[in-house]
Amino acid sequence: MPTSEDYEGQVPAWCPGCGNFQILSTIKQALVELDIEPWEVLVVSGIGQAGKLPHYIKCHTFNGLHGRTLPVATAAKLANNSLHVIAVAGDGDCYAEGGNHFLHAIRRNPNISLFVHNNQIYGLTKGQASPTTAKGTHTPAQPFGYLAHPFNPLSLAISQDCSFVARGFAGDQEHLKELMKAAITHRGFSLIDILQPCVTFNKVNTFKWYRERVYKLEDDHDPYNQIKAFEKALEWGDRIPNGIFYKSDKETLEEMMPTIHETPLVRKKFSLEDIKHEIEKFY
Amino acid sequence: MDYTLRVGGEAGQGLQTIGGALAKIFSRKGYYVFTHQDYMSRIRGGHNFYQVRFSDRKVMASREIVDILLALDLNTVEIHKNSVKEEGFILYDSESMKKKFEGPQFIDIPFRKIALDVGKNSVMANTVATGAVLGLLDLGLDVLNNILRMTFKGKGEEIIEKNIACAEAGYNYARSNCPRCEAFGAPEPEARKLLLIDGVQAIGMGALASGCKFYSAYPMSPSTGILNYLASRAEEYGLVIEQAEDEISAINMAIGASFTGVRSMTGTSGGGFSLMVEGLSLAGITETPLVLAEMQRPGPATGLPTRTEQGDLLFVLHAGHGEFPRVIFEPGTPEQAFYLTNKAFELAEKYQIPVFIQSDQYLGESEWTFENFDLGRLIYNDYRIREKDLEGTTEEYKRYRYTDTGVSPLAIPGEAGKHLVVADSDEHDEEGHIIEDSETRIKMVQKRLLKKLPLIKKEIEAPLLYGDPSPEVVLVGHGSTYGVIREIVDIYSKDRKIAMMHFSQIYPFSERDRFDYTELLKNADLVISVENNATGQFAKLMRTETGFEITHQILKYDGRPFTIENLKEELNAYL
Repeated sequence: MPTSEDYEGQVPAWCPGCGNFQILSTIKQALVELDIEPWEVLVVSGIGQAGKLPHYIKCHTFNGLHGRTLPVATAAKLANNSLHVIAVAGDGDCYAEGGNHFLHAIRRNPNISLFVHNNQIYGLTKGQASPTTAKGTHTPAQPFGYLAHPFNPLSLAISQDCSFVARGFAGDQEHLKELMKAAITHRGFSLIDILQPCVTFNKVNTFKWYRERVYKLEDDHDPYNQIKAFEKALEWGDRIPNGIFYKSDKETLEEMMPTIHETPLVRKKFSLEDIKHEIEKFY
Repeated sequence: MDYTLRVGGEAGQGLQTIGGALAKIFSRKGYYVFTHQDYMSRIRGGHNFYQVRFSDRKVMASREIVDILLALDLNTVEIHKNSVKEEGFILYDSESMKKKFEGPQFIDIPFRKIALDVGKNSVMANTVATGAVLGLLDLGLDVLNNILRMTFKGKGEEIIEKNIACAEAGYNYARSNCPRCEAFGAPEPEARKLLLIDGVQAIGMGALASGCKFYSAYPMSPSTGILNYLASRAEEYGLVIEQAEDEISAINMAIGASFTGVRSMTGTSGGGFSLMVEGLSLAGITETPLVLAEMQRPGPATGLPTRTEQGDLLFVLHAGHGEFPRVIFEPGTPEQAFYLTNKAFELAEKYQIPVFIQSDQYLGESEWTFENFDLGRLIYNDYRIREKDLEGTTEEYKRYRYTDTGVSPLAIPGEAGKHLVVADSDEHDEEGHIIEDSETRIKMVQKRLLKKLPLIKKEIEAPLLYGDPSPEVVLVGHGSTYGVIREIVDIYSKDRKIAMMHFSQIYPFSERDRFDYTELLKNADLVISVENNATGQFAKLMRTETGFEITHQILKYDGRPFTIENLKEELNAYL
């Protein structure tokens, strides 16, 4: 049975008070409570403050390129479907640079969990707008205020029949932990968009701002009702719902890939003998 | 005996089916075959041709002059009739073309009418035409009938029989309406078993034979053949083939699978490779083994999508930000493509680096015949650290441990016991964690790049010298120009001390301790670099790497490969 200490990585280099700290400790707790050992987990990330998370948790890690988290994570899962694969990303990483991969990961439905640290701002590059920044927000790079409409990851994911769609809040670790456990044990591609206040660059969407607005989806919310889930996903402003919005039980990419049913790809032995007759096909 | 058959027509008329079937028939009969395709970037219409050269001696390039032109449309007759030898033949269907041609070369065969009469379906006109070519050559129908049986296996006995009847009708029509054919018929070659394979299939089979189990790609001509080949073998050999949403994803997937312990490969062409460049650097710094096939077509941007060029050599050489080691191979034949792909996997795994198989549309889609591939020459060493290798180790595993060779132990996540594997695109320490201090940076660059480079260089073989051992004239080539240069050397060697120096292991350049090839070049009177690009990229690379400057160049950049005639013409200007 693993403990939280088994998952203890390096000392984080995040700003004091950053919402990422809660996300990090919640992931560790979720894994410990699920009785998953560090050597059974691969955390894949891209670039950004969220992208550094794998260094602060002790498990297998691939810290790759900006926005490219999901292709690496998807392929890793195909290569070894016995690993628990968790992708962590920021809102810029996943929804801007990696927007295309986000769409296609939903379509492929690999059994991996995606945790997006959504702070509605670019932290590492010091305060530019992200796809989830509110329209009109003034930043050093948006002199006329941000001119684009914010990206809604939940409604997009639900509209594409994403297998598991949830939203959590870094300021409510108990609730977030249950969401993470549900996501990790869910069969299929699971998204948790995590509201994570950036204490340095986002002076609007603060912990206080969220605490006044977030509420948990009602007990009678049916996550298998796509239309209701979509309606809930559009709710944003004075009241912001959290919880599991949508679920869909469908085959995962690995389940549909017949060549990895019996043995994970990585454990398949190779022998030249096996391909000797291949050349005969060309005579 | 050395015949060239050109099948011309519009896209969608079945040129590949006819040309491909005839190439297969000739090779099964025992002829050496070389095919090449010339087609437009469109699904229907336009003008395309499929050329098959077959001979009783080895052939490895295309000729301009044609012995048999099979014209499926009027356009083909107009474009190619002047390429047909005086004693050659043009097979056509005056009724379908609504035009009658006079002259001893023309043989008018009602492909469509025979198909309707015999097969009750005009679609079978192609089978009639294929039969007619065989009739003209008096080669018999046995092999074609077998191919028809295989091709239409799923469509039922009736379709098979009708096609066979159409082939026979075409065959007999050609035999009885070709007065000069008695003298023309192809002599039966000696019985020999030949395999027929093109460049992309050879790369794909090379990957398969190297234990590659994961291939991700976005379809792009002319690299798509590798994807198609491996996909067709996925079930039999238990592969995972993933069509990525773009080339950025394709290379990141290949890296992800390789990191997780599976031999992986991706493939693309110039424009797609432009997108992959970021990922290439990722493979470089994370020291993830990766094999990439870059199948060149003329650029820039979309360029000529279905044509050929060797225009990306220096791009692939310099692609990627930062400094990291890489290897580039450019095979000259499908056989070399097979072995070099195997060597690419060996070096990629051994040194944990990206290795390129760079080729082009011409070699990729040209079919060649070979007696055999010697599978005994294949290398397979497993360099991955698995659980048993780490048993009893007390020291904690470090992904980027400093070693004398710069090569760190490569463990597999989840398959190496409780050892954790940490890989990072940021500069990192031995454990894989982010650093910014200068000392660690220096040590990592030395480990990753400087220590490995001399070892990698030792693995690279010298260029091939073909022809006179102390030549006065040397034609220097690389990659797909191998065949045409070699045939030219054969043609000129009767009168001159001429040789080809061919580079297939392009980068890094081999050490000169075993074969001092620059010395040989210095001693020649005339050294000419033959390249399928506009700026002589290989000659530039040679000057950079060896200091030897090739002052004469024959360059071709019209999107088409060199043929024997046009290389001869260019060379004659020097001789």
